Amino acid sequence: MSAPLTDVPLTGAPLADGPPVLDIRGLKVGFDGPDGPVPAVRGVDLTLRRGEVLGLVGESGSGKSTVALATMGLLPRTARVHGSVRVAGTELLGLGDRALSGIRGRRIAMVFQDPLSALTPVHRVGDQIAEAVRAHQDVSRDRARRRAVELLDLVGIPEPARRADAYPHEFSGGMRQRAVIAMAVANDPDVLLADEPTTALDVTVQAQILDVLRTARRETGAALLLVSHDLGVIAGMADRVAVMYAGKVVESAPAAELFAAPRMPYTIGLLGAVPRPDAADRPLTPIPGSPPELHLLPQGCAFAPRCPLAADACATTEPALTGAGDHLAACLEPPAADPAALYPVPEHTPAREVVPRGELPSVLRVRGLARTFPVRKGGAFRRRAGSVYAVDGVDLDIRRGETLGLVGESGSGKSTTLMEILRLAAPEAGEVELLGRSTSELTKRQAHALRGSVQIVFQDPMASLDPRMPVGDIVAEPLRAQGASRATVARRTPELLRLVGLEAAHAGRFPHEFSGGQRQRVGIARALAVEPELLVLDEPVSALDVSVQAGVLNLLRRLKEELGLAYLFVSHDLAVVRHIADRVSVMYLGRTVESGPVEEVFARPRHPYTRALLSAVPVPDPARERHRERILLAGDPPSPVLREPGCRFRGRCPVYAGLAADERARCERERPKDRAFGPERTAACHFAERVSAPTPTAATP
Amino acid sequence: MKKPVRFIQRIASPTVLAYLTKRLGYYAVLLAVAVFVSYVLSSLALSPRGYFEGRQPPPPAESVEAQLTALGINDHTPLLERFTTWLSHAVRGDLGRTIDSGSVGEEFGRRIGVSLRLLLAGTVLGTAAGILAGAWGALRQYRFSDRAVTVFAFLLLSTPTFLLAVLLKVGAMKVNQSAGTELISFTGEKTPGLTGSVGTLLGDRAVHLLLPTLSIALGTAAAYSRYQRGTMLDVLGSDFLRTARAKGLTYRRAVLTHGLRTALVPMSTFFAYGFLALFTGAAFTEKIFGWHGMGSWFIDSIGKSDVNSVVAVNVFAAVMVLLSGFLADVLHAALDPRVRTS
Repeated sequence: MSAPLTDVPLTGAPLADGPPVLDIRGLKVGFDGPDGPVPAVRGVDLTLRRGEVLGLVGESGSGKSTVALATMGLLPRTARVHGSVRVAGTELLGLGDRALSGIRGRRIAMVFQDPLSALTPVHRVGDQIAEAVRAHQDVSRDRARRRAVELLDLVGIPEPARRADAYPHEFSGGMRQRAVIAMAVANDPDVLLADEPTTALDVTVQAQILDVLRTARRETGAALLLVSHDLGVIAGMADRVAVMYAGKVVESAPAAELFAAPRMPYTIGLLGAVPRPDAADRPLTPIPGSPPELHLLPQGCAFAPRCPLAADACATTEPALTGAGDHLAACLEPPAADPAALYPVPEHTPAREVVPRGELPSVLRVRGLARTFPVRKGGAFRRRAGSVYAVDGVDLDIRRGETLGLVGESGSGKSTTLMEILRLAAPEAGEVELLGRSTSELTKRQAHALRGSVQIVFQDPMASLDPRMPVGDIVAEPLRAQGASRATVARRTPELLRLVGLEAAHAGRFPHEFSGGQRQRVGIARALAVEPELLVLDEPVSALDVSVQAGVLNLLRRLKEELGLAYLFVSHDLAVVRHIADRVSVMYLGRTVESGPVEEVFARPRHPYTRALLSAVPVPDPARERHRERILLAGDPPSPVLREPGCRFRGRCPVYAGLAADERARCERERPKDRAFGPERTAACHFAERVSAPTPTAATP
Repeated sequence: MKKPVRFIQRIASPTVLAYLTKRLGYYAVLLAVAVFVSYVLSSLALSPRGYFEGRQPPPPAESVEAQLTALGINDHTPLLERFTTWLSHAVRGDLGRTIDSGSVGEEFGRRIGVSLRLLLAGTVLGTAAGILAGAWGALRQYRFSDRAVTVFAFLLLSTPTFLLAVLLKVGAMKVNQSAGTELISFTGEKTPGLTGSVGTLLGDRAVHLLLPTLSIALGTAAAYSRYQRGTMLDVLGSDFLRTARAKGLTYRRAVLTHGLRTALVPMSTFFAYGFLALFTGAAFTEKIFGWHGMGSWFIDSIGKSDVNSVVAVNVFAAVMVLLSGFLADVLHAALDPRVRTS
């Protein structure tokens, strides 16, 4: 067994005097796009010293992953790469495949974004790690295999000797990422590149993997280039940060300084646009517009079209990265005064009329909702071999004008819950009550009429809009479905487009002519067309970049206040939920484990799962992020096919682990019931009193 | 001999064996259905009575009746009764008599040997060449060599077998003419009446095999190269190949150890069906090169309204299709661990 992975302190200050282990100079990468050449990276300089962690931040299309792949020499052959990449003094650009292969994996190694596809499906995990060992070390098969088992142990895979014989599909996503990290550190590399290593993972698993990366770094002493779009992850890991925009580094500084005193307007905008789990009432300031198309870059500063400070010179001259000491920014006129005032704070109609919650009419009430799916086995004559308990006891309660955040990790049953509500039919078990009417008593006609009162906005704005339909028709479709007259449609369509911040003249355009954020606005306009009372938002901003996401979140806030809507807001991003929701409901393995007002739940979670979940959310503030207490949950959620008696969380529960045997028996036998903790607040835990207070917000800054 | 052992270990796990056993039972049911349907269809569609009555000089009616009854294909006997009679013999290994009163079983044995000798080399060569050409084309995507392979493959695919075979024959005749002697023989399995040492006889057979083998191999290779190129391209762009190279494997080694095997997984179904379906599907090649295998037997039997022979070929084809399915499952389980656990 490996030692439990507890909170490993960061290594000390980087050895800034040492020679750079990774030195990138003037790196340029170009691709051939369908509309002409695409300059993906336009002159990037990066230096990484021994033991140092450099965070490379940027939105999609900024070129950050391309920098990492170019460093490894793993770009497609069609890419044109210029400049210099030196690893411990050896120039890599221009080397042939054979020479590069001698360096890849030995001096410089990489961890990729999607662990589900990063391992070869037909080879055993242990063999794949042993292969990495044998690629660079002249050792026997047996020796390489023993080393593979050691490495699996190092990255925290339980029973490594047995697990080495498993195939990748027998590993969960988090375990596969651990295996990829084991492979990367197999030969003690000088430099470790991690390209969005936790983006595809759930937040509790992300916390585990970041911890493994810390361990791996400590064991190998490698310098780490951490590529991420997540400012919280960067804040917790990086010593220095470089911010990329449109293929260039636009700001670079020590992490603490960058987060506290950013200079480049883009960085300032990015930090103002990201919601924080620890500061709910701070308004988000979106950056106007969207990132540029790289094949249509303007002549001057690439950020000028979105910059509130852009002067005439910005449109003609592209600024160089300059500055005193180690804080560099690429801006002709860095803002001098309070950076917070740079972007207009959205106007905000504060404070709803104060009505006690109990007096507000109910919009959605769900009690004990359950939904199972059959597991089938056999080829020709398939038979039911068991059930997936996808939803197994969900309670929700939304009043008029209220936003309920529904939170849970993948597989917790969030989407199934939504689909069950939207079905407007009798659920398998439990009750769904929409606007005071139980869905099990509806006739077809009544269900159709009621469908106008509850609308949904989907996660992927591109996939949920018909690409061959003008947006005017897309927005009008629900109206037509509810039998609205031509005149109504003609009046409402431009109204709706304006309502979500688009122009009425855009009605004739097709979805592909809009940016991601604009498409999501079209999706919202469509949902609002029939004037619903409840809007179901299924991960509405998770496909969007931070700078764009803020604009959509602000729009949702404004719409709620103007139209008195209620939202059921599903998200895996707890910071977003903290920002937008009034109440929050936490799901684990198909059950509601905790619910209550968002401030209270975040400040004092009662259920141990909620507490672990909240502690896993990284805060985009290095000072806080490095000193707050983290609770790492062990392992992955158990299979939803098993329906054991008692509490489903106990296998990973830190409270259960500290209980006496007789107390444990209760968790094993008795399914925890909802217990009230103050008004409108419940948690389903027998020992909720033992859940201690500290959370991200309570940590000392 | 490490490889075959590992192969057997891989598919001999209890879950896999249980799965395969279940599949076999399922195939038995399908086979019964196929046998019944093909017997009924052959009996209804063919008219052996017409075949006998059309003979010159026309035989007396009683003799036609007697012969039909003797062969068990008298259309005055109820169809179900004919089928049960046939079946009761068939399960004991007696497939009945041909319309010329020969033994279907003996004819069957002779024909299957001919087909096997004719097709084995061509199929194996064609499959191997197809995989190589496809993988190579994928590695050199959009370069001249890839485009050349593509054009050539499509040319072959759009050439009907009989045209290809005839073209090969014409080419061989030109060669023979210019050489002044019969360098390439292409009629039948061997030169009739040739005597000599074993070496001479084998050499003679090999020369006779040259053209039919080419005609089968070319078509097979062309089809497989397209599929293989597609699966290979998917794999070449995959994340796991990138991971393999990030470990320090050269491009070549990464492709060979991680790419090729993964790219073969979806191909295993094609191989299995392609291999066994050829036994009955090479009628043109047999006819053109004068080989008397299963394909030409089938066509000749239909021409003679020989119900028992047609049924025998049909049942054989059904067995082959089901066996292919089984083989495909075994191959798939051997190549892909994901199949083995579920």
